[in-house]
Amino acid sequence: MSQPDPYQPDPGIGRSERGVVLAYMATSGAVLLLMMVLGLIMRLDQGELLGMAPDWFYRVLTLHGTGMVGIAGLAGAGIMWYFLRQYVGLSLAVAWANLALFLAGVILIITGIALGGYAGAWTFLYPLPANPMGMWDTGGAASFLVGLLIIGVGFLLLHLDCARAIIARYGSLGRALGWPQLFGRNDGKAPDAAVVASTMVLIVNTLGLVSGAAIVVMSLINLYFPAFQVDPLLAKNLIYFFGHVFINATIYMAVIAVYHLLPRYTGRPWPSSNKAFLGAWTASTVMVIIVYPHHLLMDFVQPQWMLVMGQIISYTSGLPVLAVTAYGAIVNLHRAPIRWDLASALLVLSAFGWAAGIIPAMVDATIVVNQVMHNTLWVPGHFHFYLLLGTIAMALGFMAWMVRTYGGARESGLDQLSFWVYAVGGVGFVGMFLIGGREGTPRRFAEHLSGWIPYDRWASLFAALVIAATAVFVVRFFAGLRRAALTEA
Amino acid sequence: MYQEIAWQASLLGVALIAAVFLYVGLRAGNPADFGPIKRRLYAVRTYWFAFLVALGAWLSVETLADLPYSTTHGEAARPAEITTEVTGHQWYWEMDRTAFPAGTEVAFEVTSADVNHGFAIYNDDDRVVAQTQAMPDYTNVLRHTFREPGTYRVLCLEYCGLAHHKMTQEITVTAPDR
Ligand code: HEM
Ligand SMILES: [Cu+2]
Ligand SMILES: [Cu+2]
Repeated sequence: MSQPDPYQPDPGIGRSERGVVLAYMATSGAVLLLMMVLGLIMRLDQGELLGMAPDWFYRVLTLHGTGMVGIAGLAGAGIMWYFLRQYVGLSLAVAWANLALFLAGVILIITGIALGGYAGAWTFLYPLPANPMGMWDTGGAASFLVGLLIIGVGFLLLHLDCARAIIARYGSLGRALGWPQLFGRNDGKAPDAAVVASTMVLIVNTLGLVSGAAIVVMSLINLYFPAFQVDPLLAKNLIYFFGHVFINATIYMAVIAVYHLLPRYTGRPWPSSNKAFLGAWTASTVMVIIVYPHHLLMDFVQPQWMLVMGQIISYTSGLPVLAVTAYGAIVNLHRAPIRWDLASALLVLSAFGWAAGIIPAMVDATIVVNQVMHNTLWVPGHFHFYLLLGTIAMALGFMAWMVRTYGGARESGLDQLSFWVYAVGGVGFVGMFLIGGREGTPRRFAEHLSGWIPYDRWASLFAALVIAATAVFVVRFFAGLRRAALTEA
Repeated sequence: MYQEIAWQASLLGVALIAAVFLYVGLRAGNPADFGPIKRRLYAVRTYWFAFLVALGAWLSVETLADLPYSTTHGEAARPAEITTEVTGHQWYWEMDRTAFPAGTEVAFEVTSADVNHGFAIYNDDDRVVAQTQAMPDYTNVLRHTFREPGTYRVLCLEYCGLAHHKMTQEITVTAPDR
């Protein structure tokens, strides 16, 4: 059996297209590393190995959360853009505009936190931004919120551009989701996985971003005109709908790298024009939208049917991942003549991270469990699982592949070691969050009780390992970046 | 109790998935024809899918029967024996009473005077026994029966600003009344 060659440049991607994608990934990689260090600082502080004043702990928490969510979105968008561009005519200008807006938003957010003292967390739960009790000033909160708004506008533009380009080529979003093949006779000609996934994401993220923008604007008005009030339950629904959709969309974009690159490493196709695949993506489109009430399970006043739906849809949301994407990765990999390198290893890890990360999520979405685990460290445990070992592993794998394919990066003796350090450190790190949750440790606590501290310290050690490995990945990416950007493929 | 179940179930699920990935990943160096593998594994998938659906359905039936919401919606079969008001403030709890007998059902009517807080009752092993959100403009009713006498503690489980982690209140639970 011949060894596949996974390092073939994509013909549909010219130098300028590659440039914008690399800019997305470079920004994400650099910010990722910085935010990870902030994460370690929080863990060290909780473990009493570092003495930080609580107001600074909460500022760091706010920056880490916002920054990580932002770059997960940016990295996912970079991956999506790279593959989708090979099928439809995306606009380069819009892609750059999104990045520029992102950076402008980042500056406002950092200003709001560092100078304005804002520490209301990335979820800015109404009416906290306007009730800081002296911890931040109105301008700080406003700067943060406007920053979010600007970043949201950038992503909205990007998704609208995707919609425009997809409709221009496929005629409608339904066709782009492969509905003729899903609901009719399957002629095997459904759009590529990149198109299906991008369509799903543009639908859910447009709704999410519009809801997010609405509550951001209302919160801004409330900051300056306290008489203008919002129903706190409505605000919560809007915020969690936006937050849930946006953070989930990151992995639905990033997974395109797994669909496209893993088959190049195994030399086996991963067909997407089948009813299981298309059905999974259409079902996910609906489920991502209606599952968000699982964030409100402890809001007893919420209509009960929504909460029950939150639990049930949380369970069914696992099916597409466990039975289609992760399962498909296993089928593609099983006894394949795979070529292992940093990229392929990270992509396989990411399929594991996603599949495994949804288990603690589904457990916590069970109402009776949620009643004793909600807002404990169990929650960061589950989302760091699928973000660190899922979305981010996808992004790092894609980045390694890019600089190898376009930048001539070579394999290094460090690759294998740093891969395993990342994987083991990552599992250990999220494991400590989950154990913290089991022990009842609240999330977002600047100070922990003595019984919780040993886990904080172990987590710090694992986090340091993750950071060391990530530093290797990111440095290697930057080392190959220039050549990857300039080479004529 | 649910903490332990959640942990064990998650550990089992994650370990299972890890085992499959490690097994397949490590055997990938030993290539075989894709055709038969694909056919066999996609046949297995049907059973895997059916298994997951059955598991989810069973879990839903088991866990959705007894939900904590009915009192808030005025649908409780009977009133609790003790009803008491709780109001969250930045950063303290205002409670009508803080001593309760074990074995008697208490309805906590929980609200907030400013931002969102989380009213969570911890036992003396630092485990959560029950919680609900404390929201401005709304009242969530949390029904709870303390099983064991002892010193309990309320912690805030919704981030509410600078002293969020200091927002505690002791509750004393005495031996059963009768
Ligand atoms: C070495 C890697 C990382 C470390 C050490 C780390 C550490 C932390 C810590 C200590 C917290 C606060 C937990 C608490 O509530 O007490 C946190 C929260 C969070 N992290 Fe990370 N993290 C890491 C990677 C990531 C990644 C890769 C992402 C996303 C892509 C991420 C997203 C978040 C988010 C969204 C929050 C929630 C913030 C909030 O509660 O408002 N983290 N992280
Ligand atoms: Cu509070
Ligand atoms: Cu609080």
